[in-house]
Amino acid sequence: MIRAHFEECIGKLEKELMDMGDLVVQAIRLSMKALQTLDTGEAEKIITEDKQINHMRRDMEHKCINLIATQQPVATDLREIISLLDIVSNLERMGDHAKGIAQIVKMNGPQPLLTPLAEIPQMADKTVDMIRKSLDAFINRDADSATRIFNEDNTIDGLKERVYRELFRHMVENPKATTQATYLIWATHNLERIADRVTNICEQILFLVNG
Amino acid sequence: MSSSIQTKNFNLYYGTFRALIDVNLDIPGQRITAMIGPSGCGKSTLLRSFNRMNDLIEGVHVNGQVLVRGEDIFREDTDLISLRKKVGMVFQRPNPFPLSVYNNITFGLEVHRLRKRREFSRIVEESLRDVMLWDTLKDRLDRTALSLSLEQQQRLCIARVLAMKPEIILMDEPCSSLDPIATLKIEELMQTLKAHYTIVIVTHNMQQAARASDLTGFMYLGKLIEFNETPVLFTRPADKMTENYISGKFG
Repeated sequence: MIRAHFEECIGKLEKELMDMGDLVVQAIRLSMKALQTLDTGEAEKIITEDKQINHMRRDMEHKCINLIATQQPVATDLREIISLLDIVSNLERMGDHAKGIAQIVKMNGPQPLLTPLAEIPQMADKTVDMIRKSLDAFINRDADSATRIFNEDNTIDGLKERVYRELFRHMVENPKATTQATYLIWATHNLERIADRVTNICEQILFLVNG
Repeated sequence: MSSSIQTKNFNLYYGTFRALIDVNLDIPGQRITAMIGPSGCGKSTLLRSFNRMNDLIEGVHVNGQVLVRGEDIFREDTDLISLRKKVGMVFQRPNPFPLSVYNNITFGLEVHRLRKRREFSRIVEESLRDVMLWDTLKDRLDRTALSLSLEQQQRLCIARVLAMKPEIILMDEPCSSLDPIATLKIEELMQTLKAHYTIVIVTHNMQQAARASDLTGFMYLGKLIEFNETPVLFTRPADKMTENYISGKFG
């Protein structure tokens, strides 16, 4: 097998991509839990651990650049490395959005949240599901699945609209609640942006498969 | 873009062995076209068909057509001397004559009585300028060509072709005996020459095809599998076999 070394490097990068995806998913889940329990200690931990996600991005980018420089990949191999570079950057930014939610938990402090969080955890669950499915679709080169996941972003956008409407109503009815409502708008915005980044991953899968 | 070389259902046989199989190709002028493929795929045979160098091999016969600027070069009344003047060739190893730099360039002119002697100096200068050797060699034109570096020898061989005022330059692995820097210099030279000539290069070096050519053809077992713009062929090849070859999965 004349490409054994190259295949091994790509295999390792794909494994690391999945590990990075796990870290990001974990950060989103923990940020949601911290928001629900108003656990500022947990929030602090998420902020600190984001550094590990950032480190993974840099490390994987470095490995991708080395592969381009030393192996001169072409065609699907080249597109896979370019896709990997883009996807790790999107995952890293998702980690930043999870960190953003953790920062909101810290800003809110111990005061009870405005309303039951209603659709926000549902948004988080859906988003995490989209991340996992998109990374699987990348590994399996599954363009059909990528297109389906891409369209699921509409569900997230719908949920976001509903949460926004509810929070705006709160602000109008009780102007003193504006600051807290704004915190939740930010948290919702972070989740919505994470889902947008999943659509970026889906676009990379289509690029990888179709060129 | 007008085509410079066209093949139509072109087949070439070495005796009973069919080395080229129904090749249909359209090579445009003023571009660099690279032919790639594993050893024995027929790429050099195809290149050597464009100026009928294969005629020198016993047992070769062809069918189909090769058109150079619209003219079928396998017609019986084709003037081979004039064809090879129009379609020059640079070989794998630099092959200067054991003569002076000056006489290397004028040799062909003299043999073919192509120009008047008083024009020779001008042609030598122009040809050497075109391959960027003039400044280095202008005071040493009487020096033997064999004393030049391999890269300079290959440049001289290209200058020798240019002196004949060809329209098409065929290059058969022109850099395979050169080091990487000399290779890059020859590739740069190709880029400057393509404004005036049609260049077709056969190369084993896929990175060279990717770097230096505008169009690339991939051949396998005598067939032209894919012919495409080079950036397309190397990023999203249409054929799975091309993909496997350029990615190093076989060959």
